[in-house]
Amino acid sequence: MSFKKGNWNKEIDVRDFIVLNYTPYDGDESFLSGPSKRTLALWEKVKDLNQKERDAGGVLSIDTKTISGINAYAPGYIDKENESIVGIQTSKPLERAIMPYGGIRMVRTSLKAYGEEMDPGVEEIFKHRKTHNDGVFDVYTKEMKNARHCGIITGLPDAYGRGRIIGDYRRVPLYGVDKLIEEKTQALNDAESDFMSSHIIRLREEISEQIRALNDLKDMAKSYGFDISEPAKDTKEAIQWLYFAYLASVKDQNGAAMSLGRVSTFLDIYAECDLASGKYSESDIQEFVDQFVMKLRMVRFLRTPAYDQLFSGDPTWVTESIGGICLDGRHMVTKMSYRFLHTLINLGPAPEPNLTILWSKNLPKNFKLYSNLISIKTSSIQYENDDIMRIKLGDDYAIACCVSPMRIGKQMQFFGARCNLAKALLYALNSGRDEVFGMQVGPEIAPVSDKKLDYDEVVRKFDAMQQWLSRLYINTLNVIHYMHDKYCYEKIQMALHDESVIRTMAGGIAGLSVVADSLSAIKYADVYPIRNEQGLIVDFKIEGDYPKFGNNDDRVDEIAVNVAKNFMSHLRKHSTYRNSIPTMSILTITSNVVYGKKTGSTPDGRKAGEPFAPGANPMHGRDKKGCVASMKSVAKLPFDYCEDGISYTFSIVPGALGKSEDDKKANLTQLLDGYFVETGHHINVNVLDREVLLDAMDHPEKYPQLTIRVSGYAVHFTKLTKEQQMDVINRTFHECF
Amino acid sequence: MDIIGRVHSVETFGAVDGPGIRFVAFLQGCPLRCLYCHNPDSWLKNGGTEMTTTELVDQIKEYCSFIVNGGGVTLSGGEPLFQSEFAAEVLRQCKELGFHTAIDTAGSVPLEKALPVLNHTDLVLLDIKDLDEANSVDLCGASSAGAIDILNYCEEVGKDVWIRHVLLLGYTLKEDKLYKLANFIKSFSCVSRVELLPFHKMGEFKYKELGLPYHLKDTPEPTPEQVEKCREIFRLCGLKVQ
Repeated sequence: MSFKKGNWNKEIDVRDFIVLNYTPYDGDESFLSGPSKRTLALWEKVKDLNQKERDAGGVLSIDTKTISGINAYAPGYIDKENESIVGIQTSKPLERAIMPYGGIRMVRTSLKAYGEEMDPGVEEIFKHRKTHNDGVFDVYTKEMKNARHCGIITGLPDAYGRGRIIGDYRRVPLYGVDKLIEEKTQALNDAESDFMSSHIIRLREEISEQIRALNDLKDMAKSYGFDISEPAKDTKEAIQWLYFAYLASVKDQNGAAMSLGRVSTFLDIYAECDLASGKYSESDIQEFVDQFVMKLRMVRFLRTPAYDQLFSGDPTWVTESIGGICLDGRHMVTKMSYRFLHTLINLGPAPEPNLTILWSKNLPKNFKLYSNLISIKTSSIQYENDDIMRIKLGDDYAIACCVSPMRIGKQMQFFGARCNLAKALLYALNSGRDEVFGMQVGPEIAPVSDKKLDYDEVVRKFDAMQQWLSRLYINTLNVIHYMHDKYCYEKIQMALHDESVIRTMAGGIAGLSVVADSLSAIKYADVYPIRNEQGLIVDFKIEGDYPKFGNNDDRVDEIAVNVAKNFMSHLRKHSTYRNSIPTMSILTITSNVVYGKKTGSTPDGRKAGEPFAPGANPMHGRDKKGCVASMKSVAKLPFDYCEDGISYTFSIVPGALGKSEDDKKANLTQLLDGYFVETGHHINVNVLDREVLLDAMDHPEKYPQLTIRVSGYAVHFTKLTKEQQMDVINRTFHECF
Repeated sequence: MDIIGRVHSVETFGAVDGPGIRFVAFLQGCPLRCLYCHNPDSWLKNGGTEMTTTELVDQIKEYCSFIVNGGGVTLSGGEPLFQSEFAAEVLRQCKELGFHTAIDTAGSVPLEKALPVLNHTDLVLLDIKDLDEANSVDLCGASSAGAIDILNYCEEVGKDVWIRHVLLLGYTLKEDKLYKLANFIKSFSCVSRVELLPFHKMGEFKYKELGLPYHLKDTPEPTPEQVEKCREIFRLCGLKVQ
């Protein structure tokens, strides 16, 4: 293969390789190929395995004896004859591995939940080997445990892998593993100083771990019959090498989100060469992509039912970012961008990989229309605003998990889940006592009276509570990530990073629209607290109407903006582990249901236990002026203060999007152009009839592939809990009369 | 010039009332009482919310990035021509802002009242209820003469018209009636599209809320096959049908 040479030949610089060699594609989808015979045969087998997994109650089988690792398993196949891209996580397809370094307790609970026993050998090892989870609980303070127990801070990665780290998997096909080992060895030699500070000691230990992981990766590939010490020589090898690198990371880590990065345009460079030389045809290349994607759809982790309650549907967040604009002004859509989306047609809809379009008003029209057509057909795509992210992150960033952008191979985050701001508001009214558990969790600030709530007083008390919460939150995350680095270090993913990486401390908030509406109610209507016998405020009497978030009404939208800004400003005040930069997301995934369940009645009229809206969405049914007004409200939330992403989920019935297929595509394109020009950050698009969802609740067997987007990711609808299904169905569907 | 009008509600994402994404303002008040009306709460002229033309246009401006490029503004109702001065002024300002404008009307006012509005309208979504006068009166309480006047006017000045027609079993959904209508429309070169709208019952709950009798409780919605057959009739007459 003859590539244009540049800085990438002198040092590790994948972006340089891409920019010098990629071919933007402006045409339409007519060049695409259908699935090959081999792909169809293989997909039949996979569908069958998926069915067996569902029938078995969600987990097909578990290898309880082997502690997962990059090279811990003998090679496994689904149907060797028909597999053009090989490699699975364990030795049997869909068999789940145990990954105890995050927490042996989680493994124990998961095994028990699925009727399996802990292997005595494994149990014995972890009598002598401490895990991340053990470390965290050695250090947690009483206050941290209380906050965690009451759920004001929740979803914390203190018992499982934190994830949200994207290895630059492209480095393996581009350079081959030997070159990467050479570079890392050099880095290890360079990591010396007059004083062996804890920083240098840790760095040297980490690089040594990384080098070991790269050697393991090479051995794992060898067991499948591939020598990946040298660069890949064609499309098939490039995909295979890249997949091995990704596979190594999902054998090594049970991370909450194990995202892929931004690989399609990189791979297209190989495809263009092969098409030009005649080595592979379009249908050959589509087969490699289909089969690669099929493998990504089969990534599985062993998790507890409690975890699934929070993040339903067995998500892995194999997020692949597609499109965007290059800093030189060219768009980065290639034929490979189409091929990746086309897997949703060739293999049918699926939640994984989490296909994410980096949208810009300057993307080619054909691609906008095609991606929107796929959205209309499959509800499996999300869109994020390249025009606002590119300014901060350049043109070689990718989305981790749902909405978290990071520079590939140069930046990682310390995932911080989220705190429940609606609960924090109730703490402000209840002198720091939890409204559900009754216990004292926050500081005992002066109580509010029984009179009509005074807006200024509530805002002041809420701010004091946020000051306390932000300090506790950052401190808790500091503990978690110290221990994760120590006991569950992501050696292979970090081996595919530079040595000096930017680290962010990614906080998050849940319940923003509940808080905004609550404060608006207190400001514009008359709200009176209602107390129980213990004097705790457990409900509110609301007289009069008030402006609600989601109607493009500045009176309340500005409250929402200020709440976000204010909490972020608090987060920035605290010292962070490894000097990471605090950021914040407004994202709940499916946990809006569970958070709601654990939160008492709020001053906006939401009753105790009722779900929050997901992510940054307005509360269900309160946006009365149509979806554009709703989008305008959400788009006002400032990305500058929420650099870890602002998630918005949009569901519309097909008929409301336009009359003909062409109208629907064009209208959705215009809608996204408008939303992103207004600086909206993220949008999930579901185009579905409510009746279909209701039918799928009653007859899940009819809808094995029905996929819907929830805040930041996609799930098989039938894998959600009943409560979550009802939440999705009750959520605002934009319709037309 | 600020004129006060009454607005029933707004929809910021209208994708089925004219081309592209449209800001739709539903104006309050309608002289007709169509049996199948799904917005009976828009009938009375003193309902809705009072709003000045400036207030409404200021709201519309907010949505500029969505309604440029192929979309626009649609005034619907009620009957938007019922508040013709208000409607004319809103649309005049919208035109000045460069927005595409449309009205969704049944033409149930005298032409001279409609003209000031039509002058600032790019596209007329014209609802023809029933060409037969007696049948139209049974269905809506008035003939379709006003609509025909508007259609003639649009033909004369070359203004774009989409014809809308509701398919209701037992009333308009009759083969001979549909042929007659299609042949009638065919002679107007200003008509660029016909939209046949199957009757639906999504507005039924509103009658209950308002304490009004609902006469079509037992009338079934037309099946997709029936609707397709009706569309075929219009297609056979050389019309573009949605």
